[in-house]
Amino acid sequence: MGAQLRIYRRRIKSVQATKKITKAMELIASSRIVKAQQRVEAALPYTRALTMAISAAATSTRGNIPFLCDDEKVPRKRASILVITSDRGLAGGYSSSVIKEGEQLTKLLDNRGLKVVPYLVGRKAIGFYRFRGRTVAQSWSGFSDTPTYENAKEISAALLASYLTPNTEGGSDEIHVVYMHFVSMVTQIPTVIQILPIKVVAQTAEEAAASGSGPFPLYSFEPSASEVLDMLIPKYVENLVFTSLLLAAASEHAARRRAMSAATDNAEELIKTLSRQANQARQSEITQEISEIVGGADALSASA
Amino acid sequence: MGELNVSVVAVDRKLWSGTASLVVAKTLEGEIGILPQHEAVLAILADSPVRITTTDGPSVVVAVHGGFFAVDHDEVWILAETAELGGEIDVERATLALERARAAATESAEEMAAIERAETRLKVALAEQSKLRASGTH
Repeated sequence: MGAQLRIYRRRIKSVQATKKITKAMELIASSRIVKAQQRVEAALPYTRALTMAISAAATSTRGNIPFLCDDEKVPRKRASILVITSDRGLAGGYSSSVIKEGEQLTKLLDNRGLKVVPYLVGRKAIGFYRFRGRTVAQSWSGFSDTPTYENAKEISAALLASYLTPNTEGGSDEIHVVYMHFVSMVTQIPTVIQILPIKVVAQTAEEAAASGSGPFPLYSFEPSASEVLDMLIPKYVENLVFTSLLLAAASEHAARRRAMSAATDNAEELIKTLSRQANQARQSEITQEISEIVGGADALSASA
Repeated sequence: MGELNVSVVAVDRKLWSGTASLVVAKTLEGEIGILPQHEAVLAILADSPVRITTTDGPSVVVAVHGGFFAVDHDEVWILAETAELGGEIDVERATLALERARAAATESAEEMAAIERAETRLKVALAEQSKLRASGTH
């Protein structure tokens, strides 16, 4: 066998092995998207009821609640951002587009004169920040593809603690989350949401009637409206972080499935090209051998 | 008299939903019983069992941790950080967990909460068991 042919065969074999791996990863990712989507849907009823309860409690509470104070009288100095990326690569542009969105948010907050305090989820973001030598307030990793509520609790505890500390002592005045929002199998959008302070949407009676939900019922609160609100807001933050984590996980699997299916297609293409080249090499080898034999026979008969 | 539409929802799943004639829960202020046509209430729940008397079957007991509940127009929402139906809890394991929590306990609030959680679970599991036994003898 000629040297050229051997090299082609070897490359075909290695591309075939790669293709098997990418195909397997594609299948794993597609089965996990379904599971991740189910988790997102299973968390929905809680989110809906909690949001309703918070709005009801907020509208019947008077006075100054730190989580809702939306006035800009106190100059804001610092803002925390939570960037949710994946732990592993091989997911196309998944992590880098979230990080890019985070960079844009950082610039935006910088322009408003706020100091940005980063909180990170996922090894990809941690690596990005470490490589640039930036200081990170806190980071978590190891659960990006299957986040649990405990993870969300831990993260929101850190965020809440920073929000409740005055900005003169290193606390933050605003908290934002950057994550990949899962719209469908094919569409995911990098998204920024502001968690705190909560932007209260004051609902007028006409608006309520228009949306069909009706005005909030006149709840009697136990213990009291403000106490209930104090209990609910940490839950609200936890729930927001949890939902973001779940959506990010679904997006991660979708991005990985897409990247791996593209890689499998590329491998197939490559195998096709390589086997054509290998066939050509084999054919030219045969042609050469024949012409050598014919040439040899000619030389023999001529000398005889 | 109408009936209550009850939904028990944990952060990551919907646990149970159905109609009921009575819901008994313990809030931070004390026990509260909800009958149909109760006024709208939004309350924080203590770590405790919630008992639901259904209209069409056996009663349901749920262990609730870190939850609250909302009642409005005969719709009852019980929301919890973690919630377990009585039938899902293994009595032996719940007993062990309680003993472990007691052994580890010092004065810290977190550990006291762990004991309370374990106690609630055990209570719910035992209630479920006695219910099964009662229905078995008949």
